[in-house]
Amino acid sequence: MSPVFELRRIEKRFPGIKALDDVSFACNAGEVHALAGENGAGKSTLIKILSGVYQADSGTVLRDGVPVHFATPLDALKAGISVIYQEFSLLPDRTVAQNIFLGREPAGRFGRLDQRAMRAETERVLQMFGERRRFGADTLVGALDVAEQQLVEIAKALSLDAALIVMDEPTAALNEAECALLFELVDRLRAQGRAIVYITHRMPEIRRLADRVTVLKDGKVAAAFDGVPEAGVIVNAMVGRDIGDFYPDPPTAPPGKVRLKVSGGGNARLSGIDLALRAGEIVGLAGVQGAGRTALAHALFGLAPFERGTLTLDGEAVRLASPREAVARGIVLLPGDRKAEGLALMQPVIDNAMMTARAFSPLAGHPDRTRHGTTADMMAAFRAIDLRAASVDVPIGSLSGGNQQKAIVARWLAMDPKVLLFVEPTRGIDVNTKAGIYQRMRALADAGAAVLMVSSDLTEVLGVSDTVVVMAGGRITATFGRGASEAAVMHAATDAPQDRAA
Amino acid sequence: MRTMRLAEWVPLILLAIALAIYVATALATGQSQYLTVDNLLSLLGRSIALGITAVGQTFAILVASIDLSVANLISVAAVLASWIMAGDPAMIWPAVAAVLAVGAVVGLANGLVVTQLEVNPFIATLGMALLLQGLLSASFNNFAGAVPVEFQVFAYGTVGGVSISLLFLIALTVAAWAFLRFTRAGSNIYSVGGNAEASRLAGLRTTRVVILSHVICSLCAAVAGLYLASRLRSGAPWIGRDGVYDLESIAVVVIGGTALAGGRGGVWGTLVGVMIFSLIDSIFNITGVDAFAKQILRGVIIVVAVALYAARSRRIEA
Repeated sequence: MSPVFELRRIEKRFPGIKALDDVSFACNAGEVHALAGENGAGKSTLIKILSGVYQADSGTVLRDGVPVHFATPLDALKAGISVIYQEFSLLPDRTVAQNIFLGREPAGRFGRLDQRAMRAETERVLQMFGERRRFGADTLVGALDVAEQQLVEIAKALSLDAALIVMDEPTAALNEAECALLFELVDRLRAQGRAIVYITHRMPEIRRLADRVTVLKDGKVAAAFDGVPEAGVIVNAMVGRDIGDFYPDPPTAPPGKVRLKVSGGGNARLSGIDLALRAGEIVGLAGVQGAGRTALAHALFGLAPFERGTLTLDGEAVRLASPREAVARGIVLLPGDRKAEGLALMQPVIDNAMMTARAFSPLAGHPDRTRHGTTADMMAAFRAIDLRAASVDVPIGSLSGGNQQKAIVARWLAMDPKVLLFVEPTRGIDVNTKAGIYQRMRALADAGAAVLMVSSDLTEVLGVSDTVVVMAGGRITATFGRGASEAAVMHAATDAPQDRAA
Repeated sequence: MRTMRLAEWVPLILLAIALAIYVATALATGQSQYLTVDNLLSLLGRSIALGITAVGQTFAILVASIDLSVANLISVAAVLASWIMAGDPAMIWPAVAAVLAVGAVVGLANGLVVTQLEVNPFIATLGMALLLQGLLSASFNNFAGAVPVEFQVFAYGTVGGVSISLLFLIALTVAAWAFLRFTRAGSNIYSVGGNAEASRLAGLRTTRVVILSHVICSLCAAVAGLYLASRLRSGAPWIGRDGVYDLESIAVVVIGGTALAGGRGGVWGTLVGVMIFSLIDSIFNITGVDAFAKQILRGVIIVVAVALYAARSRRIEA
């Protein structure tokens, strides 16, 4: 019997990056197929091709062995593919029934909305959740918690009678009890004969649920297992390469003086933060989504400032009420979402890089000659960090992620920073460029700066950081030196009560 | 030196097309007297008030804001100027100072409401428009005061055969261009318009940049009001509204290649946009065709221009 859905030899390129390279992937009826891999391995791209959001550059998508072409997500939906993304696509101000029938509302005579049919069908589908269901067809989705919203998404898939349900890290926002219930539900979906693609990088979930496992690494299938091997085998396939070659050597000299120090820092999202960042040291912040890592970086940058506690920079007490005050004192942040927070995409590379130097120079002055260097200096800096662009006048949106990030680095280097806060520095950046970013962070630290890195990629945190600080629920729960094990960090990250905020 | 990208030619291409139609129309109807340089200059001369207002509007739109209160501010400025002058040459400079002060205050208020109260600029400036019109209508219901002959020079005077008001518009455009191109305040406007959040994280004082742009926009509208008072020899509370300077200034800015989303464009494009509108007016004057057809052509040009710019954006953001 041929698989319900199959991807054969898929290739997909984006500017500057090969997202998928010769990837094959099959989903059988009544099977849970786990898709594992690090961030940026190509999992999302694969799912988007399967669900018609992207089209493959080459390769075929087959439905019951017959080649099909999904030009739009609607095509994939009609073919029976339902995707439950991490970010739910629900309207909070509409009812459960309205959400389930979004875009395909049944119409009665004269185009009148058949609300009775909508409710009846919704209640029918919700039956499957049995005791767990504390809401009905008329409940507003905004009143539901995250786990219940996920049920609505699953109900939507069931109402469409999807042959294939894709779940993208469904447990990311769930607590333990909710996870257990989700696993039961997945078992029942499997028993109904549906095919399920389950994306995760948590080994226990794979062991618990999967019938087969495919591991992606750098856009290629690193390993495909008929069955579920030991966790160690899967992890090795995910990491794939020798960590030693990829990450920079640790510093030979011990860290220098304390540059930035927080004592008892707290605000709405953080409490009891004690942290010291030293010259020459890279501190990595680990933790699960919502643990407060980005909130801490933003507090240190004056973006969502501390409301309690003391902050000292080079031994001097400081208060930071805005990013501008932080930058003025040499504390800079490289935002994780470059497009939204880092760059004016339509504007030239040079103007993006000169933004800060200009902001700290008299308004009446010439934009090409600032207090913090000229455009010629900036172009020299581009050469020094090997920023590649056809011209410094092309819109920065046309550059690769790695080169965009170099422009932000160059922007900050002109300000001679003392403390650099990197938020998700390798997000959306292709693997070959990553090593260069790690080397640059090391070089900045070696030159006397204090470096803090927030990253969701645990292997990256362990590989790059001299000190690993673990957060959970807005607090620091553990601190490790070099050589900490992934298991120890994960334990510290999940030990504290889970943050249930959506 | 920055090289011009293809899309930066769009306003010039549109201008060339409008000019070609104008020439063809003049020749076809045998009215070649319309084809002299003098006549072409006088074309632009009929759009001085729109030009001055649109140069200001360019600043508001570049910083990703917009100003719907310009038309009503123009009325306020014109009435206030002629009322204070009241035919007395000695009162010209006090009147000009008062009008500019009112313009600056209105711009400051618009900027503060947009940045501090975080009201959407459409609504903030629409509110300001209604407020200004209400205040004006409560105080004046007809032509008020008179403009002394000395001040009418602004609209009617010439230097070496070229009208002073046209020279003023060109000088204003050059000054605005130099400000945007050669000062850090100018590059800050592009940065904040391009991505306000990224600019704030890069250390810019983004609220000040937005407020500055609104002040410049309102000052330009106030000057346009002064010009209209000089031209009409008196100010009336409906002249801004009748000129549709709010929507027309936005239209010519957009035709000139300034992105409504902010961060891209400039005042030269705006001036080209003004010329395109003037040419369309003239074409219909020559042929004597119904004015409704003129509106249709204007509408088509706005949509075509924006569609051409959108095609460019898609290429870069892909």
